[in-house]
Amino acid sequence: MSERAQTASAQRSSGGLLATAARYGIWVVLAALLLTLPRIFSSSFTFTMLSLMGISIIFALSYNMLLGQTGMLSFGHAVYYGLGGFLVVHAMNTVTKYSLPIPLPLMPLVGGVAGLFFGVVFGSVSTRRGGTAFAMISLGLGELVASSALILRSFFGGEEGITTNRTKLLRIFDWNFGSQIQIYYLIAFWCLVCVIAMYALTRTPFGRMCNAVRENFERAEFVGYNSQLVRFFAFCLSGFFAGIAGGLAAINFEIVNSGYVGAEQSGSVLLAAYIGGIGFFGGPIIGAILVTWLQVMLSDITEVWQLYFGLLFVGMVMFAPFGISGLLMMHAPLWRARVLWRLVPAYLLALAAGLVMLTGASLVIEMAYHLSTKAADGPMMSFMRVAFSVHSLLPWLMAAVLLIGGYFFFRSSWPYVEGAWHDALMKARERGSAV
Amino acid sequence: MLELVLVSTLNGVLYGMLLFLMASGLTLIFSMMGVLNFAHASFYMLGAFFGFQISQLVGFWPGLILAPILAGFIGALIERYGLRNVHRHGHVAELLFTFGLAFVIEEIVQMIWGKLPRDYRIPPSLDFSAFTIFSTNYPAYKMFMLLFAIGIFVALLLVLTRTRVGLIIQASLTHPHMVGMLGHNVPRIFMLVFGLGCALAAVAGVIAGPALVTQSNMAALLGPILFVVVVIGGLGSLSGAFIASLLIGLLQTFAVAVNLSISDIFGVFGIHTNPLPFLSDIWRVTVAQIAPIMPYLLLVLILVFRPTGLMGTRDT
Amino acid sequence: MKFGWHAKLAGALALVAIPFVVPVSGADDTIKIAYVDPLSGGGASIGEVGLKTFQFLADDLNAKGGALGRKFEIVAYDNKLNAQETLVQVQKAIDSGIRIITQGNGSAFAAAISDFVTKYNERNLGKEVIYFNYAAVDPVLTNDKCSFWHFRWDANSDQKMQALTNYMKDRKNIKKIYLINQDYSFGQAVRSAAVAMLKDKRPDVEIVGDEMHPLLKITDFAPYIAKIKASGADSVITGNWGQDFALLVKAAADAGLQTDWYTYYAGGTGGPTAIKQTGLNHRVFAVGEGIPNLGYGPADEFEKAIRAKYNFSLFYPRAVNEMRMLQAAIEKAKSTEPTKIGAALEGMKFNVYDGGEGMMRADDHQFIQPLYISSFGERSAKEPFDEESTGWGWKLAGKIEAANTVLPTTCKMSRPAS
Repeated sequence: MSERAQTASAQRSSGGLLATAARYGIWVVLAALLLTLPRIFSSSFTFTMLSLMGISIIFALSYNMLLGQTGMLSFGHAVYYGLGGFLVVHAMNTVTKYSLPIPLPLMPLVGGVAGLFFGVVFGSVSTRRGGTAFAMISLGLGELVASSALILRSFFGGEEGITTNRTKLLRIFDWNFGSQIQIYYLIAFWCLVCVIAMYALTRTPFGRMCNAVRENFERAEFVGYNSQLVRFFAFCLSGFFAGIAGGLAAINFEIVNSGYVGAEQSGSVLLAAYIGGIGFFGGPIIGAILVTWLQVMLSDITEVWQLYFGLLFVGMVMFAPFGISGLLMMHAPLWRARVLWRLVPAYLLALAAGLVMLTGASLVIEMAYHLSTKAADGPMMSFMRVAFSVHSLLPWLMAAVLLIGGYFFFRSSWPYVEGAWHDALMKARERGSAV
Repeated sequence: MLELVLVSTLNGVLYGMLLFLMASGLTLIFSMMGVLNFAHASFYMLGAFFGFQISQLVGFWPGLILAPILAGFIGALIERYGLRNVHRHGHVAELLFTFGLAFVIEEIVQMIWGKLPRDYRIPPSLDFSAFTIFSTNYPAYKMFMLLFAIGIFVALLLVLTRTRVGLIIQASLTHPHMVGMLGHNVPRIFMLVFGLGCALAAVAGVIAGPALVTQSNMAALLGPILFVVVVIGGLGSLSGAFIASLLIGLLQTFAVAVNLSISDIFGVFGIHTNPLPFLSDIWRVTVAQIAPIMPYLLLVLILVFRPTGLMGTRDT
Repeated sequence: MKFGWHAKLAGALALVAIPFVVPVSGADDTIKIAYVDPLSGGGASIGEVGLKTFQFLADDLNAKGGALGRKFEIVAYDNKLNAQETLVQVQKAIDSGIRIITQGNGSAFAAAISDFVTKYNERNLGKEVIYFNYAAVDPVLTNDKCSFWHFRWDANSDQKMQALTNYMKDRKNIKKIYLINQDYSFGQAVRSAAVAMLKDKRPDVEIVGDEMHPLLKITDFAPYIAKIKASGADSVITGNWGQDFALLVKAAADAGLQTDWYTYYAGGTGGPTAIKQTGLNHRVFAVGEGIPNLGYGPADEFEKAIRAKYNFSLFYPRAVNEMRMLQAAIEKAKSTEPTKIGAALEGMKFNVYDGGEGMMRADDHQFIQPLYISSFGERSAKEPFDEESTGWGWKLAGKIEAANTVLPTTCKMSRPAS
């Protein structure tokens, strides 16, 4: 924790005017990027994917308000996401039914308010304690709501859920929001607004109080903060943003069902936030993008995607416990000292060795999978579009060479990486950069 | 009525003991290491499949011994080479490690044994009905499960409170540094505890496999109910877990037996109209329908009003 | 920095790996069908059997020349038993140019797809997509929520109950019936149809219990069995599938419950294994559009072929009908345009897999076909096929002609303007 805080404060103190410009400039750049993305990619599936990522980013950031900022581990965050979604669908259906003059783009707010409301209700019982007690209550509440969703049919629509039609609402600018691209712009807009709002929150005294409660709630109390109240407010606000994300998801899919509030959804947001790195504001954004992509695409590439998914998490937790953003931020001081390029050759070497090892490993996995579950389809299979027979010795031998060879070369490339790090760090110190 | 009460009590106790068998290992790991082992149910599954495989080769009884040893060994290895490195990054990291592990184990089990259920049989020596109450048979195998669970409970309790090893384990739970200073190898104790916990889960798997369905989704099915048992019982308390298992078993069984809904209760007082149309579902839902979510309700209530759990001495 | 010998070797190894990364393009003139069902997690065992069945069927049709000289290709998409994921995968399939979608497991997902496809087609004229449902049996899909773009080859839950009750009508030993079903739309549909039809056909039969239990959450059915036992029922009707069925009959056998079982999915994956374990010989009945041991020549040939390749029996005769009728519809329409395929399928009569004539009713796109009631147990010489290597097999108990499975529909179909 302290390591992380140090890096963050170092980052803040360096540069005055430039940092200010960068701080506001980055949002402009982000907005411009969101606007131009559809021009770069034209296939309609890209819009679907980008929309999913946008939703996931809001959700993961709202989750990190709990885990990263305030130190509260929740196993039931999907409750607020899902209830936001349900309320939005009900609101849309009501608006359509009575032809009320409310346009679609305002609908996510309904989800936010719903998330806030349930955050207040459930937060009042669950945030009295932090730590494991909070985690277990959130697990219990999550299961309760998920099971109730199947029982209370008139509100949740059973396991079939409730459908809606987003094109039937009041139109503005002649947009009917039927096509995915229009939904993409809607989600991008809300995503930007929410990201800015959540970032601003971390800069307020309240945001600092949350950090204090996370680091040591007893000391925070001695200084005069009511840690229970801080947890409660953080929880409610987090519910608000989760509700917006859920509302956007409901608009995107035009259907909500009990899966929205379920454990799977809660689990995937935890994974996204953690993989991205909970120590930095941008971490969950990276995690949300990566995990969404994996969830949608990995099952196309391989049928044993769950195995790779599991291995990825085990690997991440073991070797990069501060997430991807943690890895990236490790390089920030070197980048500022302009010595980062010194790492490139060593990294390339390690990358090549790592890729060889991974190729070998996945070849072994795929061949074993083919042998075990697809025996009926004959011994022929293809890996990376090369066809071969699993019954012949050569591919196995090849896999073994790649795996074992790759492992040893990865191991032996490591001293180079460490050496390069050391050199770069020394150079950076020479140049007087704060490292 | 008496018949239903008696039979439900018996069923509740049986189910509760099955829960205890699975939860005993978890409570050991959870209380010792503070690790929410999401992969615990996976070791239960591994136990069932190892047991199945061994029963195919040499029979059920050797499986009951060998499968847990094998699973415990794997568990210890995972602790030594995986979890231990993660430990210093905190509980969230440990939890995610076991989360990923659960995926990996499930997928590996699917690769080895396939996705279809396997025909894991009750040993012939126990395949008869032990006694009959009100024309309902109770198979000998279920009685065996019951006795076995109680046996495990007593044995664990004795080991933890009466032996030197047990005392060291208990001490390193509350004062790990002090135990370390006294010259005990705390990491190794953790490894042994993790292995033992996994072995206990595997024992539950070997025994429950033939009674339930031995399939690659059996771990996911069991899910968070084990956490509920452990937390309700109180961290670090084996007796608590025992009582919580019984409580949940009985609660669920009796809830199923009751066909009452809110409208029935109001009906007794002569009120028959449903006051709010929007709440019509709550009105009609019977106690039997919500039986499976009762443990979670209990969990939330207990944590709100008694955060140490039933028998725990420590805040969760 | 100097690169040592191992660095050079690493480079060499990387070169070796290059052939794996270079793409090889293939011919792309197939009729693609997106198979969207669970292929991982809890539902994987069911989804996998379906996928292999469809691939087998595609190979079978391709060996006979495909349709319009083009081959069929099944593209698998894993919906992870999740409604959101289902729609994402369908979208993915559509975006990769696939315009025929098939799915079966879970009425909730079927409803989601049907709704999605209908909206999609409204918003994307000229790029229509068609959805073939091979197993989701919620009646609502061909009634209130019917769509021109949805076609169902499985008999819906009401039709199956119609068939079951027609058979039970003449079984005079049935006096007291207990209903136990999963607490979701399908289970609800089964129970309400059972109550209504039994009242109509067997007013003398008493329904002594009507239980709804949570879906796929129960590990111990003993309390439910205790209730059934206390009620004195002689027969149980259940729509349970998967582990909810297997655990139910296991618990029944443990408690020594002696009743007959009238089921929808006793033949599902794991069902036969569980029944064999319980020893309920010819006391479990199932309703379906076909069983292996009917003695109908072409079906026996097919059954033998699929068993020779995979270690399962044909669980989806309806999938055979679906694929063969798709082929016929494409030939008839002389086009693979979904709008034209849909029009060709409406009202199409077809000689079904197990013999006899079936018809795709134009009013609601529900396939009408003969249904069979069969019981599971020891085999005689007339039943060559067993199930899941248990030694036991299905035996015909009664046949319900197609005409007797017709039920009215509330569907008001809106067809595309053409």
